[in-house]
Amino acid sequence: MSFAAGLFYVMAALAVVTALGMVLNLRNTVAGAMCLVVTMISLAVIYVVLDAHFVAVLQIMVYAGAILVLFLFVVMLLNLRSDAFTPSRATAPKVVGAAVGVAVLAAFLAKLPDALPKVAEIPADFGSYRQVGLALYRDYVVPFEVASFLLLAAVVGAVVLAKRRLS
Amino acid sequence: MDLWTVVRALFIILVVVAAFAPVITWVERKQSAVMQDRIGANRADIGGITVLGLLHPLADVLKLITKEDFVPAGANRFLHALAPIIAAIPAIIGFAVIPYGATYQFPGHEPFTLVGADLDWGLLYIFAIGSLATYGSVLAGWASNSNWGMLGSLRASAQMISYEVTMGLSVVGVFMVYQTLELTDMAVAQDSTFHLFGFLETFGLVKTLPGWLSFAQLPFWGVFVQPLAFVMFLTCIMAENKRPPFDAPEGESEIVAGYFMEYSGMRFGLFYMSEFIEIVVIAGLLTALFFGGWSIPYLSKDELIAGMTPVMGVGLATALTMVAHVATFLLKVVIMIWLQMQIRWTLPRFRYDQIMDLCWKIILPLSLVNIFVTGAVILLVKGAP
Repeated sequence: MSFAAGLFYVMAALAVVTALGMVLNLRNTVAGAMCLVVTMISLAVIYVVLDAHFVAVLQIMVYAGAILVLFLFVVMLLNLRSDAFTPSRATAPKVVGAAVGVAVLAAFLAKLPDALPKVAEIPADFGSYRQVGLALYRDYVVPFEVASFLLLAAVVGAVVLAKRRLS
Repeated sequence: MDLWTVVRALFIILVVVAAFAPVITWVERKQSAVMQDRIGANRADIGGITVLGLLHPLADVLKLITKEDFVPAGANRFLHALAPIIAAIPAIIGFAVIPYGATYQFPGHEPFTLVGADLDWGLLYIFAIGSLATYGSVLAGWASNSNWGMLGSLRASAQMISYEVTMGLSVVGVFMVYQTLELTDMAVAQDSTFHLFGFLETFGLVKTLPGWLSFAQLPFWGVFVQPLAFVMFLTCIMAENKRPPFDAPEGESEIVAGYFMEYSGMRFGLFYMSEFIEIVVIAGLLTALFFGGWSIPYLSKDELIAGMTPVMGVGLATALTMVAHVATFLLKVVIMIWLQMQIRWTLPRFRYDQIMDLCWKIILPLSLVNIFVTGAVILLVKGAP
């Protein structure tokens, strides 16, 4: 087993463990958020192992470095402690949630054997910011612009919700 | 990992962490003393020898190590212990991608580059590492179960997130000019000069540049081709470092010491040192982005080696050039450190809302304008790709 493969298994295990830690940790919300940070960082390491360097950096910058800091910010601002999260007693949402999770996992597993492209050799500049940039702004520019409009709508909506009295 | 990698890593650790950062604490005291018409640190001595107060960093560390390591009641002990480490590690590893010398080729050897890690997304690495540094200050305040600490943490997270966005946008113009994200390539690109009035020729206002105008040359440095980006980036990165005038998360005069209020001993020392190490990293980054890195103005690497080769041979000429480049880099870093000290002791603190207004209402629109204008100029000069 090469070093990269070993790193992959270690990081994959770490990602799974910390993801479970976030879900099962009902006592301490900040610790849960920090578990998610470790999940994101181990995913970034997996991207590096897979030669997707640019995506790995974005993973750390956007998810670990920005979005989860905002999570922490909100969790700390509301000061959520243990009693704020008593597990719900209703069984119906749990059953539905579990069913949806299993269904998604099954659909994913069914697709998996065909989904992986058979790449004989990875190009030299695979995963570099140049390749990602060219793909994003040349080949997929219309979906990119549509997504940015969607985000713009979300920003406007957030401002309207935050400032109810627009004077 | 070969020996050479270890040597390069040791250079960064010894120079940046072990040599520069402690001395900066002394420089900071002396600088504040100059600004406030005092003498400054001059008391710590070994057998009556004070060496201008340079023994104070040593005394500081001895004091911090021997102090009680206090954990407040109700604190989360694990995260309280972890937070200073999370704050210090990004500061220390940030220097890895900053080149402190060019690529040199000794006869009969492989060419090598004086940089810790030559990544093709070098600058993004710094941004990614910097964005993780936020956790140190955010967790410190929360884990110590203190209201002042909590306020400091909230301010730190909001301020650092806001300035990360603008910091990234403010240097996009620099990427566009040098067409790379790699800091080593950027330094190489800046190792040249450009004609100050070259635009007259480009836009056909004159056919060839008259001789008296072609003498007006400037180094092709970021600060000359992207001056607005330099001012904005300096502002953003100083705000990221959370030192005055952007010290709202610490706010000694309002929230006591903010997020690290409940820290004592060497754990406090780690927060303190990580700020000073960040000053060195910022100075290195400013040098690499805007002041040509290791390059000597008006004397490119090839000219220097070619000029010295007839006298002393290629090997010695390359070695001397390497020494000159590293010395130039260190000199520029010292100047950038001095600039940050000068700003820190000149400007009064910003209010918290002023910090946020500066970020979102001034620097963000200006950086978008800078990107647009830079793109338009590049399109005019070089034509469509």
